[in-house]
Amino acid sequence: MRVGLFIPCYVDQFYPNAAIATLELLEKLGVEVSYPARQTCCGQPMANSGYEHLTEGCNELFVDNFAEYDYIVSPSGSCALHIKEHLHTHNDEQKALGIRKKIYELTEFLTDILKVEKLDAAFPHRVGLHQSCHGQRGLKLAQMTELTAAPFSKPVALLNMVKGVEIVPLDRPDECCGFGGTFCVAEEAVSAKMGKDRVADHIQNGAEYITAADLSCLMHMEGILRRLKSRVKVIHIAEILNGVKETVA
Amino acid sequence: MKDHAALAEAFNKDEQRVDWHDETLWWVRQKRDRASHQIPDWEELREAASQIKHNVLSDLGNYLEQFEKQAIGNGITVHWAADAKEHNDIVHSILKRHGITQMVKSKSMLTEECHLNHFLEEQGINVVDSDLGELIVQLAKEPPSHIVLPCIHKKKEEIGDIFHEHLGSEKGESDPQILTETARVHLRNTFLTRRAALTGVNFAVAETGEFVVCTNEGNADMGAHLSDVHIASMGIEKLIPKRKHLSVFLRLLTRSATGQPITTYSSHFKRPRPGQEMHIILVDNGRSVQLGREDFRNSLKCIRCGACMNTCPVYRRSGGHSYHTAVAGPIGSILAPNLDMKQYADLPFASTLCGSCTNVCPVKIDIHDQLYKWRQVIVKEGYGDKKKAAAMQAMAYTLSSPKVYRIAGKAGRLVMKYAPFAVNNGLNPWYKQRDMPEPPKESFGEWYAKNRS
Repeated sequence: MRVGLFIPCYVDQFYPNAAIATLELLEKLGVEVSYPARQTCCGQPMANSGYEHLTEGCNELFVDNFAEYDYIVSPSGSCALHIKEHLHTHNDEQKALGIRKKIYELTEFLTDILKVEKLDAAFPHRVGLHQSCHGQRGLKLAQMTELTAAPFSKPVALLNMVKGVEIVPLDRPDECCGFGGTFCVAEEAVSAKMGKDRVADHIQNGAEYITAADLSCLMHMEGILRRLKSRVKVIHIAEILNGVKETVA
Repeated sequence: MKDHAALAEAFNKDEQRVDWHDETLWWVRQKRDRASHQIPDWEELREAASQIKHNVLSDLGNYLEQFEKQAIGNGITVHWAADAKEHNDIVHSILKRHGITQMVKSKSMLTEECHLNHFLEEQGINVVDSDLGELIVQLAKEPPSHIVLPCIHKKKEEIGDIFHEHLGSEKGESDPQILTETARVHLRNTFLTRRAALTGVNFAVAETGEFVVCTNEGNADMGAHLSDVHIASMGIEKLIPKRKHLSVFLRLLTRSATGQPITTYSSHFKRPRPGQEMHIILVDNGRSVQLGREDFRNSLKCIRCGACMNTCPVYRRSGGHSYHTAVAGPIGSILAPNLDMKQYADLPFASTLCGSCTNVCPVKIDIHDQLYKWRQVIVKEGYGDKKKAAAMQAMAYTLSSPKVYRIAGKAGRLVMKYAPFAVNNGLNPWYKQRDMPEPPKESFGEWYAKNRS
């Protein structure tokens, strides 16, 4: 099994530790994984702003980089969903459709493909799990509170394999953090208020860390937490599952 | 004119009020969850409703003709209105023919869409809204902020002030029971003296030519039963094929709207009582255009429950008036651009695309996907934010080339590390309430090149 690692642009630039943890975790689980060096972005920032027609360059690049792999894995539910729903190419649409079928967000890859049942990691902390909307409602990583359906959660099942993790209950377990791509600056007032409210839910329920399968949400909440001078930290779920150690400061 | 972002920013000046508004609507969302989760086949019910509406929309012309034929057979006068102006003119001509200058009206979002009250007032006709929430916003000279809960943005103390000014209640009175009683006494006189009543329509049954009006207050019935002339205004999408299909929709409507099992009154109107005139106005006003837009067609399945508003984290924190259209919230944001793409170009962007609206929708409209699609249409048609266009071009250029991306990334991180004021300043909206991420010393790409190849 050959896996191509897709590290979204802002993770590459701002959160290398989450990317390293993803790589190491997959390697530890015996996966042959490599990182195509010419990758950049899934194109979502343009597409969600109404400029899907400007994503052709990103799309072609994505197909060139990833068509050859059996699976493509990414530590970002939002970017994985964008590829799954919107990747096209002029040259060979079958290749694009193939990629759309074989791209996975990390926790669903661990759960559905690798069928991971135990992990060698410890994280003795109270953790609040933020459900990113695109991961949850888009990729169905966990059951959604709106639906009348049996509960499940892929991220929670994985976190429960980590020694010492205590998941704190939240008052609103799947409310949006307000990031929303360019929404975070175009609708600054509502976006920031949503972020403040989301963070407050975690703090009030005693979280020491907020984790998620999406760094865009975590980046947003980190910005709020730091402005509030809160001691609560954000951490990508890959780092917890990998057992936190390697850091690029 | 201010756009959603500017109106939402103004709403957010009073954070405590935003919290109150958010919590009030979240409470309604929770009531909806409790009610829907009690129905084991809730998801199947949604699917059935969606399919029934799909059938209606794919054969709307025939259903409309069937409904018209049945309604005429029942003794109802049927009118067709191509747009808001025709609708308003029809209402006015009916009233004029009877020499009526005062009318009582129960809740109808369609008449809000057509700005009927304003039009009739210009013609010298006095209209009293009889739904309690609508009456409150009418007295306050404001539009409704929510399609089911029109005055949800008002606190009871503020309603007390409005009633003191207009209905003569005690100054400072804010007890909901007493205020409701005040409105009831005021409306009772209105009901008894009005010869014409206008109601909305929740469902119209093609098979029988009857229509169903759902209210919690019985105000539609009170108005219609005491009037000589009953006018019912309905959008052409309100049809259902058969009466039995009501069993699907009535189970869904109020559970989705307020968490009640059913509306207090679900009243069937089939024929005028002896001596009464009954009119139905079938209104298009852009609906047939929307029907022709394949990507947006199923927005016409909407039964106006308001669940998407109550669940929307943006609506709860920006208030209904920030959408500057009759139907606010996520559903309004996919309906309004059809009516006027330029005026409502901002609305599809007033969302994080979180998808909660789609999940609560009782007729399974893919609301958040349609918001995404409207964004593409609005930009292509040239109604997008001009400032954003240049930034998007630059971003697309950078991200389309691995080489440019690496150079820009390095520059970006250096700027942030050594000259944080360049980014962390007041001109960057991110920084108003949020800090920037701490820049790492190297990107993952750089780390990988050193450690794995």
